[in-house]
Amino acid sequence: MPNVQKETEADLIPIFIMGKRYLVPESLTIMKAIEYAGYQFIRGCGCRGGICGACSTVYRKAGDYKIYSGLACQTVVEPNMYLTQIPFFPALRREYDYETMEPVAESIYQLYPELFRCVACNACTKICPMDVQVLDYISALKRGDLEAATRISFDCIQCGLCASRCMGELPQYHIAQLARRLHGGKLAPRAEHLRQVVESIAAGKFADVMEELKALPVDELRKLYTERELEPAMSDEQWRPSNNAGL
Amino acid sequence: MPYPPKLKELIKVVESTRAERVDRKKRGEEVPFLSLDERKEMLDHHPDFKEEGRRPLKIGPSKGYAIAHEMADLLEARSRVDPDDIDLSNPDIDTDVLVIGGGGAGTSAAILAEENGARVTMVTKLRHGDANTMMAEGGIQAASKGEKDSPYYHYLDVMGGGHFTNIPELVEALVTYAPDAIHWLEKLGCNFSKHPDGRLHTIHGGGTSRKRMHYAADITGAEIMRTIRDEARNHRNIEVIEFLPAVELILNEHGQCAGAVLYNLETQEYMIARAKAVIMATGGSGRLHIQGFMTTNHYGATFDGIVMGYRAGVEVSFLHTVQYHPTGIVFPEQAEGILITEKFRGSGANLVNIEGKQFVNEREPRDVEAASIIKECTVKGLGVPTPTGKVGIWLDSPMIDMLSGEGTVRKEFPGKYILYKRFGIDISKEPMLIYPTLHYQNGGLAFRASSATSLPGLFLAGEVSGGVHGANRLMGNSLLDIVVFGRIAGKAATAYINDSAKEGDLTLDHVRRFNKEADEAGIPSDRVSPMLLPDYTPPKIKERQLTTHYVGTVR
Repeated sequence: MPNVQKETEADLIPIFIMGKRYLVPESLTIMKAIEYAGYQFIRGCGCRGGICGACSTVYRKAGDYKIYSGLACQTVVEPNMYLTQIPFFPALRREYDYETMEPVAESIYQLYPELFRCVACNACTKICPMDVQVLDYISALKRGDLEAATRISFDCIQCGLCASRCMGELPQYHIAQLARRLHGGKLAPRAEHLRQVVESIAAGKFADVMEELKALPVDELRKLYTERELEPAMSDEQWRPSNNAGL
Repeated sequence: MPYPPKLKELIKVVESTRAERVDRKKRGEEVPFLSLDERKEMLDHHPDFKEEGRRPLKIGPSKGYAIAHEMADLLEARSRVDPDDIDLSNPDIDTDVLVIGGGGAGTSAAILAEENGARVTMVTKLRHGDANTMMAEGGIQAASKGEKDSPYYHYLDVMGGGHFTNIPELVEALVTYAPDAIHWLEKLGCNFSKHPDGRLHTIHGGGTSRKRMHYAADITGAEIMRTIRDEARNHRNIEVIEFLPAVELILNEHGQCAGAVLYNLETQEYMIARAKAVIMATGGSGRLHIQGFMTTNHYGATFDGIVMGYRAGVEVSFLHTVQYHPTGIVFPEQAEGILITEKFRGSGANLVNIEGKQFVNEREPRDVEAASIIKECTVKGLGVPTPTGKVGIWLDSPMIDMLSGEGTVRKEFPGKYILYKRFGIDISKEPMLIYPTLHYQNGGLAFRASSATSLPGLFLAGEVSGGVHGANRLMGNSLLDIVVFGRIAGKAATAYINDSAKEGDLTLDHVRRFNKEADEAGIPSDRVSPMLLPDYTPPKIKERQLTTHYVGTVR
């Protein structure tokens, strides 16, 4: 393929965007390199901070049989890498009624029986741009361990690359999301102190004091602010303020 | 990329003063905090106070109010569409509640509206969940521990943080509904960090009098966003349409907000949505790069909702203040703008200039700290030049290991340690190069605690609104804002539909009027808004795009 650009600056390197050669500065991320090449993103670009999962990218390097993956916003270009973004990959997500669902593995098996089509090939884990041990959480779910699945899948950004590579055609990231919600809302112990506070607020405990606060002139508010007791930086759960005003 | 030789040389200067600075820190000798008068003087260097950085609006409901040029440019601009070209008689979408924006605020609103009986259509410019919500790391505030905290203390903290300029009824709503917001998220399956007995972990944030910052490891926003997005997907009467931003609000003959003109980014066609109520939840504006600043914000943070609301007659408030986080990455280039948490400074890392000298206490308030860094670089010329022509200040992270033991940086800051490691920089041995970064739009469209605006039928939630945080937002109150006001808006919009919404012919006359006002004020006619997408095409490419037509920044 002929050069579409002339090499004019020393620090430019060639990359191949969907097979087409562009010269880009060597220090750029894939995302900025694609923009440098002249593209304007609609898909394939989101938070630009490595957490939203919009910009998953797969690439190979010259003379290397391996498939690599990365987030375009986090991965620095390399000479002669050839890449494509996979901004969307279809995966079946099943609707469910969270409120009535039992927090047991069987609930997940019923919604996603394909879970057992997993052949433990580990392609999911190998492609994950976040280094999530995808196969490990799928295996944990096969064992019925929702807590482990929650922990292992916690850094998942739901980019869908795992599903794109899966021999068993699983939508891993949807399954993990379900497991995490069942764990977070139904298996993990709930915060009793939170429930109590919500109840007391609903009962109107602070209605009067808030009315008074809202009506205060700024200088009096400033005084209350300056004089408010500060919980020490190194305190633990046992710390109590010296007076109960405002509680 | 690792530090190039020139920067490695400059790091040696930092190293030469490090031992002495660590000793001073151990002895408890600090650079003195600025007095209140000195702070005021320092804030002259804050971008908010730069007179040449802003100008009074020439047209619209807040005419005369001075805000950043980048914002004024968009608020004064003309519509992307000519109302005469739009056929309103045959809407493509007909719904009860139209939610514009698919972040945390819009999603919370959609769920509550649907639960209260409405059919909901959510349109979003990018994907559902691609929003600043996703990026929030730190946490979410709420007075959840009644033995030591209450809405009373949360209220005082919010007001103090906002320099007592916040609108009291908005703050009251924020702090009073805060515990219920956390409770709702917990119930939906959000995995907050907890003690074994279920007690929520809470920590301090800047400006909190009680430890009330709840978190889910260091991805709190992502955990909240993916949980409520999953819940929204289970609701049959919520339809989500992605890559379909709104470009104008539509009113009806009774002067009520009754839909929006939408733009399919992929097929480039305009569509009409008719609704009985509209919830605007389009977020902030970091991608305007005010005064050339880099930003922590996501790709779609381009001020769109404020433009649409303003054109439809809603005033703006607190837009003259913008939050700059003092420490954003300025090198390596590919990580530019990414936030470096305050915790580094709290753990003892100094800020030092090119000469290896401290110039400010590292625990000043955010606005003061940012102003000091800017002054050191721009006025004193003691910043550190980067290979791409930017300038920064050293954040001396290796001090933390020297103060608290080898391995502390790696253990306490795993995310940032790994991020830099990928670039070949070990931040437990080499300092970080930082500069203030655009972080949060403190102001927005004016609204009330009910989430209603001066335009009947238009409700707001999240960063698009103004007044909750006054002139300065505290950490942990933006995630709270989106959930509290998102839920309020969902309920309020449904109640409005039942009580007040009327059927009537649709109109874009307000857009015609606004365009006319712009003509009369002599606003250049090639300026259009909302922006929709930022434009990062290099000028060299643009010169060769001989047949490309740009409408604003979008091709």
